[in-house]
Amino acid sequence: MAKRVSLFVSCIVDQVFPNVGLAMADVLERAGFDVGFPEAQTCCGQPAFNSGYREEARQVALHFLDVFSKSENVVVPSGSCTAMITHHFAELFSNDQLNLARVHALESRVYEFSRFLLDVAKVEDVGARLDDVVTYHDSCHALRELKIKQGPRRLLSHVRGLELREMDAAEECCGFGGTFSVKFAEVSGGMARTKIDSIVRTGARTVVSIDSSCLMQIQGAISRAGLSVRTLHLAEVLASR
Amino acid sequence: MSVVFDEKINRARGDGRLQLAIYDATARLMDKRKHALEGDNLPDFQELRDCANALKKQTIDNLDHYLEQFEANVIAHAGKVVFCKDATDVSDFILKLAKERGARLIVKSKSMTTEEIDLNERLEHHNLEAVETDLGEYIIQLAHERPYHIVAPAMHKTRYQVADLFEEKLGVPNETVIEKQTMIARGVLREKFLAADIGISGANFLIADSGAVVLVENEGNARLSTSAPKIHIAVAGIEKLIPRAQDLAVFLKLLGRSATGQPLTVYTSFLSGPRRGEEIDGPGEFYVVLLDNGRTKLLEDSGKRESLYCIRCGACLNHCPVYRKIGGHSFPWVYSGPIGAIITPQFMGLNHEPGLPFASSLCGACAEVCPVKIDIPRVLLELRADVTAAKEREGQGGLERMAFRAYAWLMRHPKLFEIAGRLASVLAPASSSGWLRGVPAIMNIPPVRAWLSQRDLPAPPHQSFRQQWRTRVPRINSR
Ligand code: SF4
Repeated sequence: MAKRVSLFVSCIVDQVFPNVGLAMADVLERAGFDVGFPEAQTCCGQPAFNSGYREEARQVALHFLDVFSKSENVVVPSGSCTAMITHHFAELFSNDQLNLARVHALESRVYEFSRFLLDVAKVEDVGARLDDVVTYHDSCHALRELKIKQGPRRLLSHVRGLELREMDAAEECCGFGGTFSVKFAEVSGGMARTKIDSIVRTGARTVVSIDSSCLMQIQGAISRAGLSVRTLHLAEVLASR
Repeated sequence: MSVVFDEKINRARGDGRLQLAIYDATARLMDKRKHALEGDNLPDFQELRDCANALKKQTIDNLDHYLEQFEANVIAHAGKVVFCKDATDVSDFILKLAKERGARLIVKSKSMTTEEIDLNERLEHHNLEAVETDLGEYIIQLAHERPYHIVAPAMHKTRYQVADLFEEKLGVPNETVIEKQTMIARGVLREKFLAADIGISGANFLIADSGAVVLVENEGNARLSTSAPKIHIAVAGIEKLIPRAQDLAVFLKLLGRSATGQPLTVYTSFLSGPRRGEEIDGPGEFYVVLLDNGRTKLLEDSGKRESLYCIRCGACLNHCPVYRKIGGHSFPWVYSGPIGAIITPQFMGLNHEPGLPFASSLCGACAEVCPVKIDIPRVLLELRADVTAAKEREGQGGLERMAFRAYAWLMRHPKLFEIAGRLASVLAPASSSGWLRGVPAIMNIPPVRAWLSQRDLPAPPHQSFRQQWRTRVPRINSR
């Protein structure tokens, strides 16, 4: 029998970039998993946590725990949401032993998508094909909190027809930062433009990342600048054939 | 965010020349650091960071013990330790000493701690001349500015601006060659060194087990400032302590490389006590002024105490994409960049600039490079929670709080969450590219406006993921 996984697609993929979630489901099913989507899921609480509203973040985190505590493995198309769950939920419940235990019981079963493919599913080649020149954006929380660096590149290296060109500022923040993007809009926009300069220098046609929020920032600024570069989530690349 | 903070940021962002200067200078420092740590240059870098962090933790957790030990050892070397609560304490001490000794002229080597307490202004107010002798500090002193960067105080000035400044303030010909500018400054400063009554320095490290003050520098001015005048006063924050002289093996390896990419700075001075009988140079009197100025407040906060581990290398500034956009003078206090963002609210109070902890994308580049491994993003997050709590107590920030309460409520009600999403997709205009440049008035709330000021907004899809999931046919394994 196929192994079960639950998707936590994140609020942004659910509401804004549904194709990313669908692509992720496709890839996981092709890799032999029985994919479920617990419908009561919403958000991980990071927007509130990062804005200093810990009580509100706790409430959303509790909801997450309720929805997923029975799931086997949870796969997330975002380094940032994964890090929130695996690195910050525990902080939220440091004075609440009961829920802290629930967090600890769950956090080791929550995986960022590329890591799940490599570490659990143990596939590097998902059989994808995409004739394209791409560059990869290291999203900050995936890179620095989850230490994800080579994994997505390894997965990309097996995509037929795809050429990866590294940009000079791959590890530089795109400037999104949640509410930072609107609280310090011009600074955030400036960071996005610096990132885009680096992207354009590679001559790549597509920017790939494992975080849709970064891609929203990057694509939003690309679109504003009238450039023809597009963005794709890694899941969308891996689902292409 | 205060209006002042906003204005400063806008001014820095609007100055093309300044933007280029910050970008280039920080890029150079990043490159040099990277080079100094590459390959076999320092293979045990990560272990050293762990070690430095553990040493600082041990020191800060037992600071009273190390302070006592340090004081005893300074006294044993015929020096004196003066504990000061705040800026006034420090200036009172120095003024009294200067008066007793009939001192008029003070030479200073680079010290962020004295910048923190506006020491020069306080001394000048009492007709004492205090001259900065580090070239960068000298430049900003002439320009009546604050350091732009904790390691490179005049980073923002081009050589042309320095040429104009020297011409105006020193009456010398307009000289744009950096080496020649250095010679001009040296000429002026040499006179000062010879005539100075007191030398004031900061301290990079204070060594508890030997009572020594350690100074690292590249210009030799700190060595001169602390040995030529009859009196040397080192002014340092109490957090500058390290337990043992041998711990320098860890810290010195990290400091130069993190700051400027140098394996070791040109000069490293170990100063303990005044000149001894048979010695031919050195000051006759040696004082270490230990400044609290809010630091003990931090000691009580176990969650944020690690902010005191900082060795002021400046790497977090160079690597901070926000610092690189807004520059040092946008920050509300003398300490800028990520370290400034975490210590300013703790030293000066949250209200000094409540927006400061939010001026970060939380990218974590600072923590990644910090040689003593301060988890700056984590401290920023705690400070953000402190700010929202303080605002609630003061009855402010009601709208935002309401929004986050509504968010938290909605996120616990998946059905309504779905309806809210459908509503957005009905209200939003159609877009062929999938990206919107504007939205109808009803959606044009401030955060959306702020987003649209810089970027296009993704048009909501016709159907959310959850809607599409309901009708989706699973793929069987078709590999
Ligand atoms: S916080 Fe760390 S990186 Fe920043 S100046 Fe201090 S020691 Fe250097």
